[in-house]
Amino acid sequence: MLLFLEQTLNGLQLGVMLFLMAAGLTLVFGIMNLVNLAHGSLYMVGAYLWVAFTGLTGSYLAGVVLALAGTLAVGVLIELIALRTLYDRDHLDQVLATFGLILFFNELVAIVFGRAALYTSVPPWLSGHVELFAGLRYPLYRLVIILVGLAVAGLLWFVVARTRLGMLIRAGASNRTMVAALGVNIRLLYTAVFGFGAALAGLAGLMAGPIYTVEPGMGEKILIEVFVVIVIGGIGSIRGALAGALIVGMVDTLGRAFLKPTLATVLSPSAADTAGPAIASMLIYLLMAVVLALRPAGLFPARG
Amino acid sequence: MRARTIAIVAVLAALAAVPPLAAALGQPFYLDLFRRIMIFAIAALSLNLILGYGGMVSFGHAAYLGIGAYAVGILAYHGVTNGFLQFAVAIGASAAIALVIGAVSIRTSGVYFIMITLAFTQMLFYLGISLEEYGGDDGIRLKAHSQFAGLDLAHPTPFYYFVLAILAGFVYLVHRIVNSRFGMVIRAAKSNEARTRAIGFSPYPYKLAAFVIAGAMGGVAGALLVNQTAYLTPEFMNWTRSGEIMFMVILGGIATLIGPVLGAAALLLLEDLLAAWTTHWQIILGPILVLVVLFARRGLAGLLPGGGRDD
Amino acid sequence: MRIPFRALFVGLIVAAFAPAPAVAQQKLKIGFITTLSGPQGVIGEHMRQSVELALDHLGRKVGGLDTEIIYGDDQVKPDVGKQLADEMLKKHQVNFVSGIIWSNVMLAVAPTVTQAGTFMIGTNAGPHDLAGKGCSELFFTTSWQNDQTPEAMGKHMSDKGVNDVYVMAPNYAAGKDMVTGFKRYFKGRIVDEVYTKLGQTDYQAELSQLRAKNPKAVFVFYPGGMGIQFLKQYSEAGMRGQFPLYSVYTVDEISIPAVKHAALGQLETRYWSPDLKNPANEKFVADFRKKYNKLPVFYGAQSYDGIMLIDSAVRAVKGDLADKKGMIAAMRKANYASTRGKYAYNTNHFPIQNFYLLKAVAGASPTADPVLEIQETVFKEHKDAYAKDCPMKW
Repeated sequence: MLLFLEQTLNGLQLGVMLFLMAAGLTLVFGIMNLVNLAHGSLYMVGAYLWVAFTGLTGSYLAGVVLALAGTLAVGVLIELIALRTLYDRDHLDQVLATFGLILFFNELVAIVFGRAALYTSVPPWLSGHVELFAGLRYPLYRLVIILVGLAVAGLLWFVVARTRLGMLIRAGASNRTMVAALGVNIRLLYTAVFGFGAALAGLAGLMAGPIYTVEPGMGEKILIEVFVVIVIGGIGSIRGALAGALIVGMVDTLGRAFLKPTLATVLSPSAADTAGPAIASMLIYLLMAVVLALRPAGLFPARG
Repeated sequence: MRARTIAIVAVLAALAAVPPLAAALGQPFYLDLFRRIMIFAIAALSLNLILGYGGMVSFGHAAYLGIGAYAVGILAYHGVTNGFLQFAVAIGASAAIALVIGAVSIRTSGVYFIMITLAFTQMLFYLGISLEEYGGDDGIRLKAHSQFAGLDLAHPTPFYYFVLAILAGFVYLVHRIVNSRFGMVIRAAKSNEARTRAIGFSPYPYKLAAFVIAGAMGGVAGALLVNQTAYLTPEFMNWTRSGEIMFMVILGGIATLIGPVLGAAALLLLEDLLAAWTTHWQIILGPILVLVVLFARRGLAGLLPGGGRDD
Repeated sequence: MRIPFRALFVGLIVAAFAPAPAVAQQKLKIGFITTLSGPQGVIGEHMRQSVELALDHLGRKVGGLDTEIIYGDDQVKPDVGKQLADEMLKKHQVNFVSGIIWSNVMLAVAPTVTQAGTFMIGTNAGPHDLAGKGCSELFFTTSWQNDQTPEAMGKHMSDKGVNDVYVMAPNYAAGKDMVTGFKRYFKGRIVDEVYTKLGQTDYQAELSQLRAKNPKAVFVFYPGGMGIQFLKQYSEAGMRGQFPLYSVYTVDEISIPAVKHAALGQLETRYWSPDLKNPANEKFVADFRKKYNKLPVFYGAQSYDGIMLIDSAVRAVKGDLADKKGMIAAMRKANYASTRGKYAYNTNHFPIQNFYLLKAVAGASPTADPVLEIQETVFKEHKDAYAKDCPMKW
């Protein structure tokens, strides 16, 4: 029972990490209709900038703040230089152009920081365990990730539902032309949204930094899962991103943990040994296929 | 004769001249290089059918190469080297799986379609890795090359002309398809789906049929690829391979017959040259691809007399 | 901006057709295939640096002949590897093809090379097909057969009476091979065998399962980035003190700088370590540190040995590169100063060598990274399990 609870927390934490990535991506897609494969590169940039700034300043928090600012700046820069022309193009062009950006960033990072993975660790004041309740000890850092992620979700909800900016975002998601016609500076809005999305990706990156490997190409590993999340959740909707992320996080974690033992009750141990991991790795794709078969626009699509 | 037809015939003729030229220059390596280019040209051609003409951005096309390759590889492993049988299974298997994947995916559109085709490829990739009997991700060597009633694909030059013949045949096939009534519906659906429906055509069955045909053609490319590399690996189904094939299509020029051939040649030659020059070649290739997408929309085919678009 | 695509394209075709420069007769050409781009490029970089060091030590003359070395980047793709091999054989007409990190690339390339009548000197990948039925007189390796390293760990843990072991590896061919090799010599109880997704980043779920099973020890195989992640998370979850961690190919001189103290106490088995005491190795490690300012890793030691092996063969036939039989006979003697010390070749041209237990201990100074040091010898002159399937007898 305790194990199940622990795995649920693990699933929640994984889901929250995915949400941070997915939120930025889905916002950008929802508002600007832009498929951005290079979102994973922004995640990577966030992690690398965090390592660099923490090294320079000697302080974890300073590193975090500077990395966020830095990733936001990089995001804005990409938007101004490379992506502006892509808004009017079709998805194929966007996919290919941003695919080219992935190659560029991976190599840039390899040239500047070297190909070898960078050393990172959880800052001492965030490591260790917390006793949640009778017998369940959970790593503090992962709890912090959950809390930060939920806080960001709350913040996003507040901004989108309760502020003027949020209203513009929602309006832009459903009818871009009308918003422009009403005199809103669409270009500025787009740049701001993209920068914000980049910062979210950067946040995910720097939070992943201490526990995942910081190396060139680290973004692509998580990118496909993020796309699965927003497709399941419904593109353009924050609520969908959260729902999709939590579902994917749970299904993946619980699948990895319990699928093999469950299969072992009906199959022979060696068959379960083979089938378990194989199915577990395909599980989220199967889930996506099922969701799309029933709801081709995802669970909570932004447009009506 | 139209300029574009002349261009296609010229390119095919040039390809036909490669083996004697390579022999004369004493550089047999070029036979292998251009054969590899032609095989990827076939893959790009098949993707172009649904992507260029049909507007279906499938990120999962590499899956069909993998299926075709595995069909031939697995049969060879079990002692079946009859090429006709192997290729028939390759075509049948890829068509069948394309039917299943297409049936689910084509109900979606836009970026959902991209993502779901991507996801299916990943599933097949992980499935391939877990097939221990056939090497898992280590892959296995091809036991014997395919034999076609006297034509053994183990011999470089006959194999070369075999691939060329298939390429030429497929070019013609695609030409007939896109200019047929069937093709017109596909192209109409790409440009304006609502209007197509208004005229009374339901695009779904047409798109699905095109998807299956493209999948089958991809399977043939895979069957040829495994003979080319003499090796079988799930790596063929990696999603980044799909991206490469998409680039060949774009680079060469969407919705053209000659485009995929030019695109395959350009990308593979570029990779080969850049990689020999620096290990950081991706930092050069990346921006090149971005620039091509942004500024050279009609691709290489657009440089030929006659312009980019077909018909 | 009008990009002169037409000119670029024509230029591409012309450049591709440019013939290799005319060769002076007595030149030795070696093709070296490894991974130079992408995240795994860090391994290829080490290999290339080691090869360059070997060439320096030989005065850029292998076997007394002027040597040209041609590097190829396989991008971890077997078909690219094969294309490179074709290019090296047919365009550059190399006398030896060497290198290769990955088993699947090796399985695609080695037959191509040997069937063309050229030597394939593997310097890392050691798949069992090439050790068994697929052995060839033109194939030699300076590394090991994949199963040998986990066999050594299995034996060590068995000898020490370690029981109730929890086994984890990624779900792909190499992962399964490692576990198979481990089980061949480990006679104790295995609590569970868990295979994770290839490339998985987050192991928290598996660590929770592990803790619930409460094993006495953990044995893992997590190469590259997976290893770094696993170690960090294992350490962060506080499991270092609770469950002793044994591994193969998870901690090495490439990954230690990325995990630092999270690797302390780690036990691995290997045929070589930078602190192995013999003259050739001491020279190799010292000069490598001087030239590149870092410790070499086993991939590099093997690549260095590969060049030295070729050198010994060419020297033995006095530069007569047409005397392949002579070079085969010379290589079989393994008569060169290897970084692992003296070793012999088995009938399948895989080394018969010692395997040691390594432990990650604190570095020389408080801020230095941990280093792997040899603790004891697990196997003396260990043979691989597949030689009996190789039809070659000599």
